[in-house]
Amino acid sequence: MSITQILFWFLTVMAIGSALMVITSRNPVYSVLFLIATFFAISGHYILLNAQFLAIVNLIVYAGAIMVLFLFVIMLMNLNTETEPQKNKWLKFAGTIAGGCLLLVMVAALRDADTKTTTALMKEGDIGLVQNLGKTLFKEYVVPFEISSVLFLSAMVGAVVLGKKD
Amino acid sequence: MQTLTNRAKPVDRRPMTVLEKLYLPAIAKGMGITLKHFFKKKVTIQYPEEKRPFSPVFRGLHILNRDEEGRERCTACGLCAVACPAEAITMEAAERMEGEENLYREEKYAAKYEINMLRCIFCGLCEEACPKDAIYLSETFAPANFKREGFIYGKNDLLIPDPKKEPEQYQKALGSRVKKS
Amino acid sequence: MINLAIDLAFILEKLVLIAVIIVISLLVALYTTFGERKVAGYIQDRYGPNRAGPGGIFQPFADGIKLFMKEDVIPSSSNRFLFILGPGIAMTMAMLTSAVIPWGNEITIAGRTISLQIADINIGILYVFGVVSMGVYGIMIGGWASNNKFSLLAALRGASQMISYELAMGLSIIALLMLTGSLSLKTIVDQQSTGWWNFFYQPLGFLIFLICAFAECNRTPFDLPEAESELNQGYHQEYSSMKLGFYLFAEYVNMFISSALMSTLYFGGYDIPFVNDASMGQSIGTNWLAVLQAVSLFAKVGFFLFFFMWVRWTIPRFRYDQLMKLGWKGLIPLALFNMVITGLIVLIKENGWPF
Repeated sequence: MSITQILFWFLTVMAIGSALMVITSRNPVYSVLFLIATFFAISGHYILLNAQFLAIVNLIVYAGAIMVLFLFVIMLMNLNTETEPQKNKWLKFAGTIAGGCLLLVMVAALRDADTKTTTALMKEGDIGLVQNLGKTLFKEYVVPFEISSVLFLSAMVGAVVLGKKD
Repeated sequence: MQTLTNRAKPVDRRPMTVLEKLYLPAIAKGMGITLKHFFKKKVTIQYPEEKRPFSPVFRGLHILNRDEEGRERCTACGLCAVACPAEAITMEAAERMEGEENLYREEKYAAKYEINMLRCIFCGLCEEACPKDAIYLSETFAPANFKREGFIYGKNDLLIPDPKKEPEQYQKALGSRVKKS
Repeated sequence: MINLAIDLAFILEKLVLIAVIIVISLLVALYTTFGERKVAGYIQDRYGPNRAGPGGIFQPFADGIKLFMKEDVIPSSSNRFLFILGPGIAMTMAMLTSAVIPWGNEITIAGRTISLQIADINIGILYVFGVVSMGVYGIMIGGWASNNKFSLLAALRGASQMISYELAMGLSIIALLMLTGSLSLKTIVDQQSTGWWNFFYQPLGFLIFLICAFAECNRTPFDLPEAESELNQGYHQEYSSMKLGFYLFAEYVNMFISSALMSTLYFGGYDIPFVNDASMGQSIGTNWLAVLQAVSLFAKVGFFLFFFMWVRWTIPRFRYDQLMKLGWKGLIPLALFNMVITGLIVLIKENGWPF
């Protein structure tokens, strides 16, 4: 068992454990903090795959910016068990069915993944490094990349319009 | 309107120019000023090592004077207590006994003489009222204390050292002011 | 069967290096608190602390002992776990950044070449950004867990301020990265030691970075989270003893790290000015060169630390709307403009004059 494997198992347990805590903890602030821990674990996995750029961008964008905004909103709303609205029984039922459907889709999608097994690149791979990632993004995937940036722009404009409305 | 000193300046209410809106020149100017002060001579007086000279009219803690032979001058007439606007002085008189001539100058003396330094306003009226030159305000001030009782000064706190027995301390207690006069 | 294939010497070397750098940054931060009080004094025509030891040199230790001795109060209505976690995060995140800063070139001890940098990762600058953006959580968690509306408001202010200025900071860095073509801090320093310092290529970028560094460190004129006239004591209102000390200390460690970062990115890092480092290394040996380089870096860092203090005791605090206006309407467009101009120049330089 090499140190990479030890780290892998540690990060995996951490990721799944804190992901479970996100949905089970009563306090929404704890949920957000566990979500951040999950992001950290996933970033650790990226580093194990030698995808340093992805790891750090994951941290900056998700843990550093988006989660701060989540925390912002939750802290300002001051959610706790007393203010929690009574959940409809049917709503829970619908949620279960929706979750089950998602599981089915995931199973169906991942079933084929097994056939084209390629061992994950450990330490040696350099796909995740900045240079290669940049070249791939701006050569092969330049159109989807630009389209997604236009999507972001339109989302931003939409946010501004909503904010101006009062 | 007629100005009094001709030094008044009208407020400049023109909108700021682009350079002024940048604020950077103004910030640089401010930084220059603080840097100038960084190298200026400091005005601090390092207290226990360095002391500020008192003004010649400084009125500090009271002192009960003795004459040249070391006898107490106070005769407990009570004029100082009457003069005191803050009513800080209390005293009890006693008669001089036989054999105490070397201690007290007059036939009556103050057996108890107390000044409450918390009440005292250091106006110096007691000094002016005293007909016997027995009370003076010195050049020291009351030190801090933990209790209010500590600020009630009795006779042994106030009396000047005996010029015969402790001449050095007597000279020190006299201070610079007495020497001049 | 666990068979650990680890280079023990390598781990030992890194551990020692980490320990040394952490101790140095703590010491520097300790003495920055002292320096701050001294500088404040001198700027205000007084001497500052000068009683503890000769010239007040033991003052920081006296302060530290005082903080440790104070009663440690945890408010009963606070969230205990998060209340303790907050200062811990603030301190850890402040210390983590020092991992990627190159403190000097290699030294050779007993035939082993040791780089004076904990990790030369290929995304150095981004790592710094990642860690800095984590630093917000220390303030936010601490402010929220105190269960005090002033703390919460201060924490929200701090977080929004840091997020806003991170954008302009990132944009100003992008212009620099266009020139260097590398994210590794080591490479950036190496480029500067042979050529000009980046400051001469990117003066506007440096100015933006400087202003944003002030905002990121919550220093005056951007110390709104601690605006005592509006928010009492700010996010550390409920904190006492060494937990408060951690928050205060994290600020100084942050200051030290951002000074080091500014020197590294824009002022040549450990490059000794006016000297050809490589030829000097041949004449006095690489070890002495590394020492001199570290001294050179620390001189630059010292200047920036002084600058931080100098500004603090000169410029008054911004109002919150002014802060946001400066960040979003002032610095971000300026940084974008700087980025476009830099990109244009880089393009022209690479392809020749196309017109």
